[in-house]
Amino acid sequence: MTPTPTTPAPSATEAAPAATPAPDAPAVHTAALALGDDALVLSHRLGEWAGHAPVLEEEVALANIALDLLGQARVLLSLAGDEDELAYLREERSFRNLQLVEQPNGDFAHTIARQLYFSVYQNLMYGQLAATDSPLAPLAAKAVKEVAYHQDHAEQWTLRLGDGTAESHERMQRGVDALWRFTGEMFAPVAGLDLDREALREQWTATVTAVLQKATLTVPEGPQSGAWTAGAGREGLHTESFGRMLAEMQHLHRSHPGASW
Amino acid sequence: MVTKAPQAPTATHTEPVGPSAPAAPAESATAPAPTALEARLHALAGSVPDPELPVLSLAELGVLRSVRVDATGHVDVELTPTYTGCPAIEAMSADIEQVLREDGQDDVTVRTVLSPAWSTDDISAEGRRKLAEFGIAPPRPHAAEGPIPLTLTVRCPHCGSTDTELLSRFSSTACKALRRCVTCREPFDHFKEL
Repeated sequence: MTPTPTTPAPSATEAAPAATPAPDAPAVHTAALALGDDALVLSHRLGEWAGHAPVLEEEVALANIALDLLGQARVLLSLAGDEDELAYLREERSFRNLQLVEQPNGDFAHTIARQLYFSVYQNLMYGQLAATDSPLAPLAAKAVKEVAYHQDHAEQWTLRLGDGTAESHERMQRGVDALWRFTGEMFAPVAGLDLDREALREQWTATVTAVLQKATLTVPEGPQSGAWTAGAGREGLHTESFGRMLAEMQHLHRSHPGASW
Repeated sequence: MVTKAPQAPTATHTEPVGPSAPAAPAESATAPAPTALEARLHALAGSVPDPELPVLSLAELGVLRSVRVDATGHVDVELTPTYTGCPAIEAMSADIEQVLREDGQDDVTVRTVLSPAWSTDDISAEGRRKLAEFGIAPPRPHAAEGPIPLTLTVRCPHCGSTDTELLSRFSSTACKALRRCVTCREPFDHFKEL
């Protein structure tokens, strides 16, 4: 556990980039930052499973999914600026990721619920984006093929846990319920992302509903966001555990600026 | 079981995207035919072994997109990653630079391009044969457009049995799945269709 955020070394502070894209930065930077932060943050969360996954195959699977996401993050953040500065020298309020992806791993079912919600979104979103003339389209066309496997992984585990033992069913339901309030944010508009958000929401809801029902789980009915409680990650507002995650992710780079191996 | 990748996007987009991708036209039907030097350097770069699967050359893996030499003698190599996060891409770039320098090319740039996205269909027939020989079940070809999705079984690279089962969707690298042969009981890697 990381105790407190590390104070950046003086040189790092001086070199710190503008926290957020300048107001006149092209909208595509905003989009690249939002999607890049999603991929980066979820990649880090999945990496936290290393050494803790329930079985060796899952250890490897989660690390592989994290690696795919990290690759996407590197391309996207490079489109928005310097990838290392953006990943390691921004403060919490400058990150534009969905609150969903920063949620702590919880138990394995909780992580699978997060994977299900996010991979279905990412698959549909990249699918739409790939067909546009956005500068992000080539990355989307590439990544959508990888994400199809992430979604398949999440779906198969949702079915296995939901339709498994009483214990696994209960835990899967708990994970699905707990994260539901963070799902509305996925359909909020993002500057530079020209998507059919209504179709995105419909297809996401249909896919997730079908998987949950097949897994004998109850589709949550509560609100998918809340003014002060959930769903403002795209505006730079994050949940409590995100600061601690960032401290751990950034501390090496901030303590030893320019370190490499 | 195998998930069909979503419909390939209609990638008419040829603009390369990557950490250091200046605007440069991708290879297209209108690109000039390669010169003798370009063809020779292409073959040379393509002969570099894959750092993870050294039985395969980069040409057989299908990741070498183009080699161009401009009037100043600058060599521009386009490489595409198998997966966005594939860590081998940096080793590939360095290896290509090295063989080209050893050939006397002093001014070499290796660029990563994402579009059009690499597919396992880009692995050559010879590459597939070598993968199987190496103990890795090669990827199945994507079904041609048609009403019936064709799902071929994955054949055990050890005993040839078609009675194999999936153990894990992700194996030693993101590009492989872990399977087991029901007949000879040996586990083996399968190069996933992408």
